[in-house]
Amino acid sequence: MTAATMPTGQPKVLSRLRTADIFRVGASGPRARKTRTALSALGVSIGIAALVGVLGLSESSKSALLDEIASLGTNLLTVEAGAGFGGGDSALPDTALETIERIPTVTGASAVWEVDADVYRNEFIPEGETGSVQVVAADPDLVDTLNGELADGVFLDEATSVYPNAVLGSVAAERLGVTDLDEPTYVLIGDEYVEVIGILEEFPLAADLDRAVIIGQEAATTYYDAGTNPAAVYTRVADGAIDETRDILPSTADPENPEEVSVSRPSDALEAQAAADDALTTLFLGLGAVALLVGGIGIANVMVIAVIERRGEIGLRRALGATRAHIRRQFLTEAVILSVLGGVGGVLIGVAATYVYATSQDWRVIIPQEAAIGGFLGAIAIGAVAGLYPASRAARLAPTEALRT
Amino acid sequence: MRTTTPAAPVPTTAGAALELRSVVKEYPGEPPVRALDDVSLRIEHGELVAVVGPSGSGKSTLLNVMGTLDRPTSGIVAVDGIDTATRSEKEVAGVRACKIGFVFQQFFLLPGMSAVENVSNGLLYQGVAPKERRERAVEALERVGLGHRLHHPPNHLSGGERQRVAVARALVHRPAFVLADEPTGNLDSKSTNAVMNLIGDLHAEGTTIVVITHDNAIAASLPRRLAVHDGAIVSDSGLDGGAQ
Repeated sequence: MTAATMPTGQPKVLSRLRTADIFRVGASGPRARKTRTALSALGVSIGIAALVGVLGLSESSKSALLDEIASLGTNLLTVEAGAGFGGGDSALPDTALETIERIPTVTGASAVWEVDADVYRNEFIPEGETGSVQVVAADPDLVDTLNGELADGVFLDEATSVYPNAVLGSVAAERLGVTDLDEPTYVLIGDEYVEVIGILEEFPLAADLDRAVIIGQEAATTYYDAGTNPAAVYTRVADGAIDETRDILPSTADPENPEEVSVSRPSDALEAQAAADDALTTLFLGLGAVALLVGGIGIANVMVIAVIERRGEIGLRRALGATRAHIRRQFLTEAVILSVLGGVGGVLIGVAATYVYATSQDWRVIIPQEAAIGGFLGAIAIGAVAGLYPASRAARLAPTEALRT
Repeated sequence: MRTTTPAAPVPTTAGAALELRSVVKEYPGEPPVRALDDVSLRIEHGELVAVVGPSGSGKSTLLNVMGTLDRPTSGIVAVDGIDTATRSEKEVAGVRACKIGFVFQQFFLLPGMSAVENVSNGLLYQGVAPKERRERAVEALERVGLGHRLHHPPNHLSGGERQRVAVARALVHRPAFVLADEPTGNLDSKSTNAVMNLIGDLHAEGTTIVVITHDNAIAASLPRRLAVHDGAIVSDSGLDGGAQ
C-alpha cells in the first residue's frame, strides 16, 4: 500500500499496541533494573506479609482456642453459693446436688465441699506456708463432669474415697513439690499423712480446682469433720437447654435463698479471651495496612524517579509512534507489576511465618483464603493507585521536551 | 475527521515523502518568538537531503515539525501525502509509527534490551506480532551490517555500532523517510565515516533520508542541502526544491 494510491482522507496509519505488548513493555523497565524492582516490591511485601501473617496467626490461634473450648464443652455451668447479704461463708443447702440432678435437662452434676484443713509437703514446713493450697472434698465423678484428665496416677473411686487418699490439682502439685508418683508420695493434710494417688492436668473450666488437693467426701467427713453443704456444684446441661436451665438453677439449688446462688458459665471466659485476641488482631491489621500504604508510597516514589530518569525512553517511544495513552499504560503496568511482585512475595512470607509460628505452638495452620486473595488484590490496587500520578506525568511529557537532553 | 478548519481541505500532492507549506512556528512570549518563519519545502521519495545551519537557526524546531513531534502554529506538514495538521494526537502518533524513522545523536537505545529487541521496538506501535517484529529486526540489522551483533545489549557495542542499531530501528518499518538528527554528533571520525557510508548505501538502495547537521563537511557530502538561518530556509541546492 503506497501513499500514491491512498485517498488522503482515510489513510491506514494507526498507532496500535497489542495487549500482550502492554505487559511486555510494562515489564521491560522492572526487568532492566532488578535491584530497584526487588527493593520497591519489598515495601509492599512487608505490608502484605504483615496482613496475611496477622490474619493467619489470629485464625490459627483462635481455632486452637475454639478447639479447646469445644473439647471442654460449653455446656458446663458452675453453681456456687454467692456471698449473700451478711451471709458470711454461705454454702449451698446439702440437698443442692440432689435437686440439681433432678432437673431433666441436667446430664450430669458433681459437687465439691470445702474442707477446713491445711496441707503441707511434710511436718517440717512452717505452719504459715500453706502455699494457698486448699483442701476440698469431691465425688468420684468430678473428673468426668469436668472432662478432666490425669497427668499421673488415678482419680478417686468409690473405694479410695473412703480412706485418706488425695489427688492433687496441677498448681497444687507444683507448689507441694510433687512432680510424679513413681515413688509412693504422701502429703500432710491436717494431722494425717495422706497418700497421693493422682495428679491432675489443668482444668481450664475450673481453675479453682488447679490449686486444690482433692480428697473423697466420705474421708473428709470421717477424718476432717467436713460439713455436708457443697461449696459448688459443677453441672453439665443438655446443649440447647443452657439458658433455660441457667434460669432455674438458683431456685432449684436453694429454694429458700435463690438470690444467694450464683451460676456461671466458665467457657464464657475463654470465649472472651478469643474476643480479646480479635481486638489485638485489629491493631496489628492496622499496622499492616500502614506498612502497605508506605509500600505503595514507595512504589509511587520509585515510579516518579523512573519517569524523570527515563525521559529519553519516553521521548523515543513517542517518536516510535506511541500515543500518550500507550505511555500511561506502560508506566501504570510497571507500577502494578512492582506491586504484584510485592504481593506475591508478601503472601508467601506471610504464609511461611504463619506456618512456622503456628507449628511451633502446636496449632493447626489456618491461612484464611480472604487474607491471601485479599492481600494479592490489595497489592494490585495499591500499585494501580501508586502508578496513577507518575503514569500521567509520563504521558503528559511532550516528546520534544523528553528528547531534549 | 472532515471538519472545516481552515487548513484541512488544502490538497497535498501525493508522491512527496515530506512536504511543508508555509509553516510558521511561534513560541509564546512578549513578543512571541518566531522559530520558523513561513518555511516551505518538499522532499521527494528516494532523496538524501542535508538540513544544515548553526545552533539557534531554528534547525531543531524544523526537525521537530518535520518529524511531527511538534505541531506548527500554522501551515501544512504532509507526510507521504497525509496532512498532519488537522489530525488528533493519536493519529499523528500513527503517522510516526508507520511513516517516519528517527535516528538521534544520543542513539536512545534501551538498556537491558538486545540489539534485536531494540530494533523490533520500531514495529511495536504498529501492532506487528512479536514473531514478525523479530524477523524483520534481524533483517534490518543484517542490512546495516550487524548480523553478528544481534543479541548484544547496547553497552556491549561501540558507538558506531550503536548508531547502526538505531539506523536499523529507523528502517525496520519501511518509513516514508528517515529523519537523522546529528547522527554522527557523538561519534569519532572513523565511526562517522562508517555511519555516513551506511546512509549513502541506504540512499543508493532507495531510502529517503533527511540528515540534520551543523557540520558543513557532512552536509557538503550529501546530494541536496537546505540551509536554515533565522527560522527560514536561506538556500536550497536541490533541483527544484519547494522553497524559495
